[in-house]
Amino acid sequence: MWRYLLPIVLFAILIGFFVAGLRRDKETLPSPLIGKPAPEFTLPRVEDPSKQISNAEFAGRPYVVNVWATWCVGCRQEHDALLEIARRGEVPLIGLNWKDDLALAQQWLAQLGDPYVASAFDQEGNVAIDWGVWGAPETFLVGADGTILYRHISPITLEIWEREFVPRIRQGRARE
Amino acid sequence: MRALLLAVVMMAWAAAAMAIDTAPAFEDPAKQARYERLARELRCLQCRAETIADSNAFLAADLRKQLRQLIAEGKSDQEILDYMTARYGDYVLYKPRVTPRTWLLWAAPVLFVLGGGALAAVVILRKSRLPDSDPSDPGLGAS
Repeated sequence: MWRYLLPIVLFAILIGFFVAGLRRDKETLPSPLIGKPAPEFTLPRVEDPSKQISNAEFAGRPYVVNVWATWCVGCRQEHDALLEIARRGEVPLIGLNWKDDLALAQQWLAQLGDPYVASAFDQEGNVAIDWGVWGAPETFLVGADGTILYRHISPITLEIWEREFVPRIRQGRARE
Repeated sequence: MRALLLAVVMMAWAAAAMAIDTAPAFEDPAKQARYERLARELRCLQCRAETIADSNAFLAADLRKQLRQLIAEGKSDQEILDYMTARYGDYVLYKPRVTPRTWLLWAAPVLFVLGGGALAAVVILRKSRLPDSDPSDPGLGAS
């Protein structure tokens, strides 16, 4: 009896591993930073590099950090969604311009519209490393208490914004 | 067999000789050795299947730069690996840590050897108990 059953059982276990492997989302790795304090940064502004932008200025209320670059195709895809999110004005959007060319970045904002309250110019990529960024676009939601509540990798859409970000922002507001 | 052995040795040697950056990062050979070893323990998250030592992705270059800086600051291996996992998670470690989630991964080779050994022992013992001339045995090749 076992002689026939055992291979079938082993095969079923193997298939189980395959199915679990297929269902798992291997693209979006969980960020270890969720629930941890958002790393602070102070960088030159893309719009005017003689001025600086720090996320510390936004402490005490929720805000979003969006990692973008002109070399990033996904960033172009999500740009209209970002403009709409900015227009709704639920939270300020801070841009983190990652390893980009300043002139190109300025041109991008001038041509496509600027959804950000300010964009930080992270040419060296040091701030991006602190935030565990590995692929633009990435969008972080920081709560009023300064902890990272959520991270979305890949272009954001209004649907994702309403499903993942808005409830978390409302929840944070309700607790205050 | 000898050719195979040679090929394996040459492949291992090629991996060790693969230059990360054109110039060595440190004058001190001990630091340079640490740098090269740690660069091989960290995964490039843009390319996943490569370490930051092997990858040409710009994130890998940035992480190598950060690694050089941390070594220059005199951080220990553990501090450097903690720095990376705090930002990128355990996935950044090319060699996974032994945790409740990964023990099966680490134990799997031993379990396979033990399991195979037990199976082999059972089969051999059972066969050895059979009489040498089994009238029902149709001959070689049949099980």
